Amino acid sequence: MIPSLLGISLVLFTVLAMAPGDPFEELATNPAVPPEVRAALRAKFGLDDPVWTRYLHWLVAMIHGDWGFSFVSRMDVDKLILQRLPVTLIVIGSSQIIAMLVALPVGVLAATRPYSLFDQVANTLAFVGFSLPTFFTGLLFILVFSIQLDWLPFVYRANIDATGWQFYWEHIKQSIMPVMVLGLFQGASLVRFVRSSVLDVIKLDYVTTARSKGIGERKVITKHVVRNALIPVVTLVALQLPIVFGGAIVTEQIFRVPGIGSLLISSMLSNDTPVVMAVTFVIACLVVFFNLLADIIYGWLDPRISYR
Amino acid sequence: MAGSTPASLTADTPAAAVVAPRKNRPTSPWQEAWRRFRRHRLAAASGIVLLLLIAVVALGPFIWPVPINEIDFAAKLQGPSWAHPLGTDDLGQDLLARLIYGGRISLAVGLAAMVVAVVVGVLVGALAGMSAGWVDAALMWVTDLFLALPLLPLLLLLMYLFRDHFKRLFGVEGGAFILIVVVIGGLRWMQVARLVRAQFLSLREKEFVEAARALGASKVRLVVGHILPNALGPVIVAGTIDVAAAIIAESTLSFLGLGFPSDIPTWGSVLRDAKDYLDIAPHWALFPGAAIFLAVITINFMGDGLRDALDPRRVL
Repeated sequence: MIPSLLGISLVLFTVLAMAPGDPFEELATNPAVPPEVRAALRAKFGLDDPVWTRYLHWLVAMIHGDWGFSFVSRMDVDKLILQRLPVTLIVIGSSQIIAMLVALPVGVLAATRPYSLFDQVANTLAFVGFSLPTFFTGLLFILVFSIQLDWLPFVYRANIDATGWQFYWEHIKQSIMPVMVLGLFQGASLVRFVRSSVLDVIKLDYVTTARSKGIGERKVITKHVVRNALIPVVTLVALQLPIVFGGAIVTEQIFRVPGIGSLLISSMLSNDTPVVMAVTFVIACLVVFFNLLADIIYGWLDPRISYR
Repeated sequence: MAGSTPASLTADTPAAAVVAPRKNRPTSPWQEAWRRFRRHRLAAASGIVLLLLIAVVALGPFIWPVPINEIDFAAKLQGPSWAHPLGTDDLGQDLLARLIYGGRISLAVGLAAMVVAVVVGVLVGALAGMSAGWVDAALMWVTDLFLALPLLPLLLLLMYLFRDHFKRLFGVEGGAFILIVVVIGGLRWMQVARLVRAQFLSLREKEFVEAARALGASKVRLVVGHILPNALGPVIVAGTIDVAAAIIAESTLSFLGLGFPSDIPTWGSVLRDAKDYLDIAPHWALFPGAAIFLAVITINFMGDGLRDALDPRRVL
């Protein structure tokens, strides 16, 4: 985990260091700031140091959570991100649950009846599902459920002035569309993984043995096949995470969910570089962290795998 | 798996085909693959639809010579009509002309980014596959690192940081095009690299490679003439799917406002402009979205068909 984090930080820093333009460009064009002040600022922030020192300084600052100051929001970047992060994690987490709820039954059913009508329909729908870009699905959902049917609000509001059950209901109502958009996209790509993974297991000898012992087909599938077939799916879910974060950025932007994805876009459009760098770094760290988590779960689920 | 892909590009020597014309028996592996591809009905249909789409986009400006930026406020936000088959946007600009123009950009970006990704991927994969030891380990470490990078945030970051610089270097449209192609291609080569490396690892131990080596073939000749043609099957499939992914990536960037400048209509940026008028002009969003969807799904189906066609283990 540490090497990949270091590698990712190196990639990010290289991108930043290679980028044309100067963080103090605005000061340079501002006639009210004399050149010696600019030089002093450059020296203070270490812009004239050799690259390696700058990288180490930057890395130490990143690890300490010292991510700078957002010029637009007028607050420390780490506070800003901590404010926005929970929403993103909730949206991503619940969309993953939706994705599994869709992909598992469909994938298992398709694999138990390979090349049947159901299998073909599921396969085609899966193709449609992951060929529809999330930003278009989001707009379609708004068009159908907000504008035509007027069931769901299409703008996410953080401050809902209701109490008790009403409060939770409003929150759930406004989260349905972003979560469904992400979840269905993710589910569509997982269906095929689940199907092929179940197909791999279902032909194994131990499944035949279980059947020949007189265990019902339903029980064979749920207790014997699915449990083993799911092990590789765990890794695939983790491998898909970079894509999921990308999808989260898009859906947050469409539905104006106040998460780190919409923070990233808005700070890019307003040239708020410290926030942009920090959000990218946080997302990269989260992806690595979840990959590690998947590796650990994988080792726990499948005792044949050891990391020694 | 590896090495079982169709034998070679040059298997169809014309003389042999004339001497033994067996009926209903395609002679070359590529003819066999083509036969199997046609059998995959969805893929074949997708191929036709995609060809139509490409034809419309390529020939469209000659058949429908309406300028993309002719502003006509009298006709703004109109639905489809004879004068404007796909309707107009908030400035009264003709959507069909804009979508044709955007389609050229989107498809060109998709193809060019795929070429970048495949070239980088084949180079890295071939280098890793031929040179065992620390070169292989280092290259694969880099590949895994890139696979763990969050693609879209990094794409956005690169666009954000380098956009103005490229605009100055290559002009507004050219700069954006080059940057988008390089960035998307440069972040999508990993799958191809892993596939090529896996193929190389098994192919380089095969007898025919050993025979070529025994005959004194140089390393380059070994790779280019013997190993690479046999590793091509999976690369073609991955490359096809990469085109679709690149089109989605470009549209996403434009949709988020960090792709092509907003005055250049691409499918993504038209959709971005349309999203605030969903209630009064839904056609404006539906047509570009449908165009992206159509392009992506046909390419994906073709990739699926090619996967079946180029996999000789599959009996059809």
